[in-house]
Amino acid sequence: MEVTGVSVGPNIRLMQGNEACVEGAIAAGLGFFAGYPITPSTEIAELLAERLPRLGRKFLQMEDEIASMGAVIGASLAGLKSMTATSGPGFSLKQENIGYAAVAEVPCVVVNVQRVGPSTGMPTSPAQGDIMQARWGTHGDHPAVAFTPWSVSETYSLTIKCFNVAEELRTPVILLMDEVVAHMREKVVLPEPGSVRLVDRRRPEAPPGAGYLPYDPGDGDIPPMAAFGDGYRFHVTGLFHDRSGFPTNDPTVAERLLRRVCGKVEKRRKELAMVEARETSGADVIVLAYGSTARPAWRAVRMAREAGLKVGMVRLITLWPFPAGEVAELTHSARAVLVPEMNLGQIAGEVERAIRCRAPVHSLTLVGGELFTPDEIFQAIKGV
Amino acid sequence: MARVQDYLRKSKMPHIWCAGCGHGIVMGALIRAIDRVGLEKDRTVVVSGIGCSSRAPGYMDFDTLHTTHGRALAFATGVKVANPSLNVIVITGDGDAAAIGGNHLIHAARRNIGITTICFDNSIYGMTSGQYSPMTPTGRIATTAPYGNVDQAFDLCELLKGAGATYVARSTTYHVPQTINLIARALEHKGFAFVDVLSQCPTYYGRRNKLGGAIEMMNWFKDNAVPVQKAKQMTREDLRDKVVIGEMYVADEPEYTGHYQMIVDRAQGRGAGR
Ligand code: SF4
Repeated sequence: MEVTGVSVGPNIRLMQGNEACVEGAIAAGLGFFAGYPITPSTEIAELLAERLPRLGRKFLQMEDEIASMGAVIGASLAGLKSMTATSGPGFSLKQENIGYAAVAEVPCVVVNVQRVGPSTGMPTSPAQGDIMQARWGTHGDHPAVAFTPWSVSETYSLTIKCFNVAEELRTPVILLMDEVVAHMREKVVLPEPGSVRLVDRRRPEAPPGAGYLPYDPGDGDIPPMAAFGDGYRFHVTGLFHDRSGFPTNDPTVAERLLRRVCGKVEKRRKELAMVEARETSGADVIVLAYGSTARPAWRAVRMAREAGLKVGMVRLITLWPFPAGEVAELTHSARAVLVPEMNLGQIAGEVERAIRCRAPVHSLTLVGGELFTPDEIFQAIKGV
Repeated sequence: MARVQDYLRKSKMPHIWCAGCGHGIVMGALIRAIDRVGLEKDRTVVVSGIGCSSRAPGYMDFDTLHTTHGRALAFATGVKVANPSLNVIVITGDGDAAAIGGNHLIHAARRNIGITTICFDNSIYGMTSGQYSPMTPTGRIATTAPYGNVDQAFDLCELLKGAGATYVARSTTYHVPQTINLIARALEHKGFAFVDVLSQCPTYYGRRNKLGGAIEMMNWFKDNAVPVQKAKQMTREDLRDKVVIGEMYVADEPEYTGHYQMIVDRAQGRGAGR
């Protein structure tokens, strides 16, 4: 299969983060994309517009972000792996339908290349301001799964992961990139075709008949999913519904539905948790970072080590559900934790909750649309 | 001919519409039209937004999708593009289609995508108990227009014709055989088809505006409907407060998913164009 990017050897490409996202999605089996142009995610739509028709798959530019998210849900219900990509303001517009996908259990992937906000903010500058929006963006309690890459190569593999988790858990999954990762170019070693594990949603085992209950999870917590047109003739709604898919006002049924839908993600917190530890053993200061911020943070940690300080780094790849147990464990011996992030401390609060005030959490924040320099983080390390 | 009941989910009856509501008549007409043109149950998806009209898919024995407010056409576009072999029908109300969903309505028409949209047009927001909608005539009373509505109502048929829909028609709940005919024609049409069906809401529109009950409101449709041919000979002034019914516009333009397949063929180096 042809692949975007500059070829620099067999299976090795020089690629941009947005390109890697496109390639990962195609490798994962993306069948349908709908989006609306917005910087800095635009290249994802542009590349897919070129690539998908050539593969006999579908690309749609919709009239707005709300429509894109709706179309993605419709296409997923018709049986295709579906995705949209956007940036901050567009992510805000998608929220109502993300909530719909969560409660109606429609697998889909939402890529948000973060930019400075709120509002129109700074369109071409990096930020990590949508961490909490990815968790609590839509109304009501709802499940949330979000991953964040720090490199182009990781963008490729995480995009595939997003599809696998979405299909397996029947839930929307969010890839939170940032402008730096989206636009920088790096080497990506592509896996051999066929070597990547791909997950497809579980289909009902029984053939169409009167007995199909589209929201009956059976012994587990995730119901098998038929596609429209398969002959099961089922109903899908954003209203609270019973196992048959029809609306209910029964408090017991409603309670059970929401607890199951949130619980299926909560229960897999450990399985979903991707946290990388670097030189953490014996470290008395831990720098906890994620996304592009982890790059200068890692450089700063090495500067500190060279200066004889016992400093390690914890990098979050999974943001939601928050890997609290892993964070607590990896920071166990530290006397302080430093959390640099390109927002006003959205993850620092979560870290505090995770380690339960065992050690002070220092929040290092930046919201002006620039990346931290290693020296800024190094100075902060020395200050804690 | 199959019976209407064969297309209903009997376990979902009785429905929740008020006594005298026109929406059951429109749904009945849609079902009869589906039966007449012979759409296969397993190949048909009925999509709606939110509102009184949008409860209809729950009663219909197809794959059915009750979406967010105003977004039925966006969801339906995803279904149709993902699987163009499916018959996709959208049921929407006047608020759902013309206010919050106005943008999607315009763009679905512009794409000329093969979706049949039926607007259950009752001139009011029924489900939230009687606020004015984009279809409430100027001067009428609503809970949010206690001194009379100052807004102008849309002519959705004109709007959609301008936007690129290739089948546009209007009828009322009084003119049932005609409604069935028009919906049947819409279902057989290849591109974006829109049928505006005036429906009575005696509970929140009729009562508040002293238009009487369901029968009086349907009689009003009878007395004030003007066939489109006749309307052409009438002046603007004569047509004030009248309802023009019939087939407004039919055209033959490339349907979106078929056109998309040509793009796929071109991208893959097959077919015409390159
Ligand atoms: S409120 Fe009006 S539109 Fe809604 S069900 Fe009652 S009569 Fe019908």
